[in-house]
Amino acid sequence: MTPSTVLTNPPVTPLLDVSELYVDFFTRRGVVQAVRGVSFSIERGETLGVVGESGSGKSVMAQTLLGLIELPGRITGGDVRWKGESLVHDAGSTLGRVRGKEIAMIFQDPMTSLNPLFTVGTQISEVCRRHTGANKRQAHERAVELLDLVGIANPAQRVKQYPHEMSGGMRQRVLIAMALACDPELLVADEPTTALDVTIQAQILELIGELQERLGLAVMLITHDLGVVAGLCDRVAVMYSGKLVELATAEEVFADPAHPYTAGLLASTPRLDKVESRLVSIEGSPPDLVDPPVGCPFTDRCHLAVDQCREAMPGLKIYESGRRAACWRAFEVNHG
Amino acid sequence: MAELTPSSSAVSTTTAGAPPLVEVEHLSIRFPVGRSGFWGGTVREVHAVDDVTFSIARGETLGLVGESGSGKTTAGRAVLRRIDPSAGRIRFDGIDITDTKGKQLRNLRRHMQLVFQDPYASLNPRMTVLELVAEPLIVHGLAKDAEAARPEVEALLARCGLPVDTVDRYPHAFSGGQRQRIGIARALALKPSFIVADEPVSALDVSVRAQVVNLLQDLQDEFGLTYLFIAHDLSVVRHISHRIAILYSGKLVEIAPTDRVYDNPLHPYTTALLSSVPVPDPQVQKGRRRIALTGEVPNPVDPPPGCRFASRCPEVHDRCRQETPPLEEKAPNHLVACFAR
Repeated sequence: MTPSTVLTNPPVTPLLDVSELYVDFFTRRGVVQAVRGVSFSIERGETLGVVGESGSGKSVMAQTLLGLIELPGRITGGDVRWKGESLVHDAGSTLGRVRGKEIAMIFQDPMTSLNPLFTVGTQISEVCRRHTGANKRQAHERAVELLDLVGIANPAQRVKQYPHEMSGGMRQRVLIAMALACDPELLVADEPTTALDVTIQAQILELIGELQERLGLAVMLITHDLGVVAGLCDRVAVMYSGKLVELATAEEVFADPAHPYTAGLLASTPRLDKVESRLVSIEGSPPDLVDPPVGCPFTDRCHLAVDQCREAMPGLKIYESGRRAACWRAFEVNHG
Repeated sequence: MAELTPSSSAVSTTTAGAPPLVEVEHLSIRFPVGRSGFWGGTVREVHAVDDVTFSIARGETLGLVGESGSGKTTAGRAVLRRIDPSAGRIRFDGIDITDTKGKQLRNLRRHMQLVFQDPYASLNPRMTVLELVAEPLIVHGLAKDAEAARPEVEALLARCGLPVDTVDRYPHAFSGGQRQRIGIARALALKPSFIVADEPVSALDVSVRAQVVNLLQDLQDEFGLTYLFIAHDLSVVRHISHRIAILYSGKLVEIAPTDRVYDNPLHPYTTALLSSVPVPDPQVQKGRRRIALTGEVPNPVDPPPGCRFASRCPEVHDRCRQETPPLEEKAPNHLVACFAR
C-alpha cells in the first residue's frame, strides 16, 4: 500500500495532530482495516467536520483520539499528538490527564449515554470532582451553572432530575454540559444530533456553535449529514473506506468538490431548496475492508476511473490552493 | 371561517373524477396507559392520533411527515388495519374497511402492503431470500411452496435491482440498501395497489438512499402504485411526494400539494420545521434564519384542550389554548388547522 503523503506541520504546533493513523480490528472473519493512514490536524478554535458513510472509519477514528478503542481493535500505526504529546505511545498518563478534561466527547445516543440510576446533577458533579478537585458543594454549583449555560430552564430544579424525566434534546444538552464541565479545548461530537428530531437538532447545533464562539472551543463534528456540516463547520474532511479522500474549507468542498466521491455524495443529497426530477445515486457499495483493493477504494463506483486508479492508491496531495485530495483525477469532476 | 368541514374538503383535495383509493375520516387512535382517580376509576389514554382526515388518490404519493411521537407510524398502521382505530372510518377503493375481519381482512391485505424502516430487523435471519419473498405468496395460497415460486421471486428480485444469484442466500450477506430492496420485493410479491412505506430510507446511507428512492419511484410508474410515504426527513419527502400531510402530536396541522407546503407553508409549525432543516450549501445555510421553537411537545396522555402546538407557537392567541382549530381549506387544496391563518 502506498502511504499517503505526509503533511508538513504548520510552524505552530496544532492543537491536535493525527498522522498516518492505522486502526485494525482483529475479527474472526479476518483483519478489518477500519482506518488506513489518516492524517489531519485541528487548530485552536476551529470546527472540523468529518463526513462519511457507515463503515468509512469516521467514528473509529474519533474514538482513537480518546483512547476508546478496545480489543479486537488496535492502533497498528501512526500517532495522535495533543499539543505535541503523543496519545498513542506511552499514553497512560497523558491520556488520563487529557481525556474528559482537555478533550471531551459527546455521543450519538443521548438515551444510553447517561446512567439511569443517578440524577443528572450527580453525573455532572462527578466529572467536576474527578478532574478539578472541587468539593461536593462546589461541584453541585458548577452543575447548575453548566445546565444554565447549555440553555436548560430552571437549572436548579432540573439538576435533581433523573435522565428518564427528560426529553432526548434535553439529555443531549446534559451531555454537552457534562462535556463542558472542565473547560475543554476540543469537543469531539460523534453524530450528536442523529437521534434527534429536526427542530431539536437545529437547537443543539446552534448551541454548539454559540458555545464554540463564547468559549473558544475547537470542535470535531462527525456526521453523515452534509446539511449539518454546511451550517457549522470551517473545514470539512471526507472519509471513504478508512481513507481521508478530501480536506478543504466548507465553502470549497460544497462549491467545487475535488474528489468524485464528494461530488457524488453532494449530488445524492436531496435539497430542501431545490426540486430535481430524479436523485443522482452512487451505484454499488464500498469495498470489504477485510480485503481492501490495492488501488483507490472508490474505483468501482467512480465514473472517472482509469487503469491507474485500480493499480495504485493516490496519496493525499496538497494542491496550490492549499486543498487536499486523494485522487488521480482530482478536480476533474466539474472541469471536464 | 370557511364553511367546509374537514371531511368534505378532504374529498375535494383529490384529483377530479376518479374516487380516491384511500380515505381516512376523523381517525382517532387511543392507547390505554393506566388508571387514575378514585380507586382507579378513570382510564388514562395516550391520544396517539386525534381526528385525522385525509385521502390518497390512485397513483399518488402522500408524504406523511412528523417528529417522533407525532403519530405518523400509528396512523399508517391503522390505514392497513394493523391497529384498530378508536374512532373514525377508513375506506379502501370505495369500500368501508373499518370493521372488516377474518378472511375478508386477509384478502384485503393482498392489496395493501407495508415496507418497514429497519432492513436489519424486518427480515428473518433464518430464512433465505427465496423463502422471505415467497412467504406472502404461500400465505395467500398463490404458491404451494417456496420452490414453486422461484421463477416469480427471481423476476421480482431482478426488478428490484438484486442479482438473481442472491436468491438462496440469507439476509446477513446483504448490505442495508440491498436488504431494503428485498423488503420492497417482498411487499410487491402480491401485486398490491397500495403501499405504506414507513421511513423506508431513514436507516440508509445517503448514496444508497437515493438508489432506493429512485427504485420506489420507478415501481410507482411501472405498476401504478399508490404510496403513503411516512418520514421525518423533509428533503426526501419533497422529492417523492405529490402531496404532504404534516402531523403534530397526533393532529393533522397542514395538508397541501408538495410545492405549496415548501413555497408557502401556512401553519406556524410547518414554517418552523422547514426552517430547521439544514441545506447542504454553506452560503445558503449561513444566510437562512431559523424560527426558534421553545417549550415542549404536550404530553399525549390526556392532552390539554386547544391547539396542541399552542405551547410552542410563536403566534399563539388566547383562543388557541381554549379551542381546537378545525382543518380548513385556506387556498385551493391547501388545508390548515390554525386560527392565526
